[in-house]
Amino acid sequence: MGRKLLLDNIGVEGIRYYDAYRKHGGYRSVEKALKTMTPEQVTDEVKKSGLRGRGGAGFPTGMKWGFLAKPAGVPRYLVVNADESEPGTFKDRYLMEFIPHLLIEGIITSSYAIGSNRSYIYIRGEFAWIDGILEQAITEAKNNGFLGKNILGSGFDCEIYVQRGAGAYICGEETALLESLEGKRGNPRIKPPFPAVKGLWDCPTVVNNVETIAAVVPIVNDGGDAYAKIGIGKSTGTKLISACGNINKPGVYELEMNISVEEFIYSDEYCGGIANKKRLKACIPGGSSVPILPANLLLTTAKGEKRMMTYESLADGGFATGSMMGSGGFIVMDEDQCVVKHTYTLARFYRHESCGQCSPCREGTGWMEKILLNIDNGKGKMSDIDLLWDIQRKIEGNTICPLGDAAAWPVAAAIRHFRDEFEWHVLNPEECLKKNYGLANYAKPLEIVA
Amino acid sequence: MVKFSDSKLKEVEQIIQRYPEGKQKSALIPVLHLAQEEFGGWLSAETMDYVASVLNLQPIEVYEVATFYSMYNLKPVGRYLFEVCQTGPCMLNGSDNIIKYIFEKLGIRPGETTTDGMFTLKTVECLGACGYAPMMQLGKNFREHLTKEKVDAVIDECRQKAAINN
Ligand SMILES: Cc1cc2nc3c(=O)[nH]c(=O)nc-3n(C[C@H](O)[C@H](O)[C@H](O)COP(=O)(O)O)c2cc1C
Ligand code: SF4
Ligand code: FES
Repeated sequence: MGRKLLLDNIGVEGIRYYDAYRKHGGYRSVEKALKTMTPEQVTDEVKKSGLRGRGGAGFPTGMKWGFLAKPAGVPRYLVVNADESEPGTFKDRYLMEFIPHLLIEGIITSSYAIGSNRSYIYIRGEFAWIDGILEQAITEAKNNGFLGKNILGSGFDCEIYVQRGAGAYICGEETALLESLEGKRGNPRIKPPFPAVKGLWDCPTVVNNVETIAAVVPIVNDGGDAYAKIGIGKSTGTKLISACGNINKPGVYELEMNISVEEFIYSDEYCGGIANKKRLKACIPGGSSVPILPANLLLTTAKGEKRMMTYESLADGGFATGSMMGSGGFIVMDEDQCVVKHTYTLARFYRHESCGQCSPCREGTGWMEKILLNIDNGKGKMSDIDLLWDIQRKIEGNTICPLGDAAAWPVAAAIRHFRDEFEWHVLNPEECLKKNYGLANYAKPLEIVA
Repeated sequence: MVKFSDSKLKEVEQIIQRYPEGKQKSALIPVLHLAQEEFGGWLSAETMDYVASVLNLQPIEVYEVATFYSMYNLKPVGRYLFEVCQTGPCMLNGSDNIIKYIFEKLGIRPGETTTDGMFTLKTVECLGACGYAPMMQLGKNFREHLTKEKVDAVIDECRQKAAINN
């Protein structure tokens, strides 16, 4: 069994509430930080830990905190990104729903480090019931002296507020999130200036993912060095992976970043293998935006090494033969799934979620959706495949925010690795409505792995 | 006439308190949620104008926001809104069949409402429940691991609730 730092107490009865959480060591990081450390020392531990942002981009958290501008007399804000809308991703929800105090504790300790007296949790609007769970945790923390004025006699004040969004994936992008929090449409801002300089209401702001902030708790409790010892290389600590698709045990798993992809998929401790005794065809390992990989490249890198569940190994080979850790949304497809159709649903998603500010993204996502739908329905032409490739190339890198790239990459990777499946749809317009292309030559059919 | 009750107005006041002085525009999104719940499950022009007046905003500032976010309904919807996710991971687990089954049961396609005004079907994109697919949102909650039997049960439950509340 791998070590768990975030979910170790998830099975404890009543852990959602203060009493059980506190009894099992909760709020120690607040006591330790506020009573025995300076804010700089807390930030240093986070730097030492090597923690990388868990929202998708993997940016080092300690470094991000270090960039925060600190002009005198201007408030600073910590904003927690709980928008969690990347298809395949449902880990932050799990954490907030079942162990909400871990997030609240992380926010207090992190706020102390960056000097924020007011923090907002921006949660996607559809998680309406979690709003209440967080509010209750905040009230309990306040009643027990961990929030409010002069916490633990340290002179540090901190308040946390929950803000629900209203349905918009783009509000997960940090500057769109800030716009939304200011009561506007979620149109991403042009950067620079970065939020660290000009964020919420033009004040210096740190935006971090839920899991990132939760990880600050074990880092402060046990020290950054201890955290950095877990995992491989620059992939330090544990990572929450939300696994879904055609597997026996979909769900949220906390892993030390030192196990192989193969173990993650086939071991009973995690996904428990492919459902219905089928074989693995393909996988999108880091949320819908990252490249899809066929089974052979998923399990083994182009160099012939075992692929591991780490930032570096998942990206090994670049986009030619690798993918990304992304948000940790692990989508598994069995031999009977259609890559064209799946890619079509993602293209539809990005068209729906484009904010419309940049023409390559606004128009390009719509074109990709239509062409993919045609191909999926047996109405495609061979030239459509090249046209798709051309469109995604013209979106990538030509937009204000990374949603454009996120829309382009899944289409590019699907064509790169599954071009023959696209061609089969074009060549077999009748048949493709009735059956799927199947496994073909993508996978070395894997049965069972010890 | 569209008007919050005193207790709802107090709630609005509490929401405004979450932000620093002068930043009450931030209350717009939460207050629109409140308005949609209070005034029939959708945002009419009258409702939006009212929200503008409550928060001291120009009506256009409210329209801009209301039209951006997918959870705000700009047209009337049935008493029970089935929002079925159709994105990749849910599709892999048979969301298409669920949508088809709802059509067979209730005779409504995505975007349509039953003639008795009871049910509206809407397809939505990933709701963050991919591991519990197929799924739908109903009111403030999710219904997950959907099967035909579960859809039947949800429909019965709604009808019973409606009968009690009538
Ligand atoms: C289109 C888009 C959607 C995003 N959605 C999320 C999200 O739902 N949750 C999240 O934490 N980060 C999301 N991000 C990343 C954020 O912009 C930001 O990098 C992150 O919140 C920083 O936190 P971290 O450093 O702790 O990861 C998204 C980015 C883009 C471009
Ligand atoms: S890339 Fe797309 S989502 Fe991002 S700002 Fe441009 S139009 Fe909006
Ligand atoms: S794809 Fe349906 S909830 Fe994520």
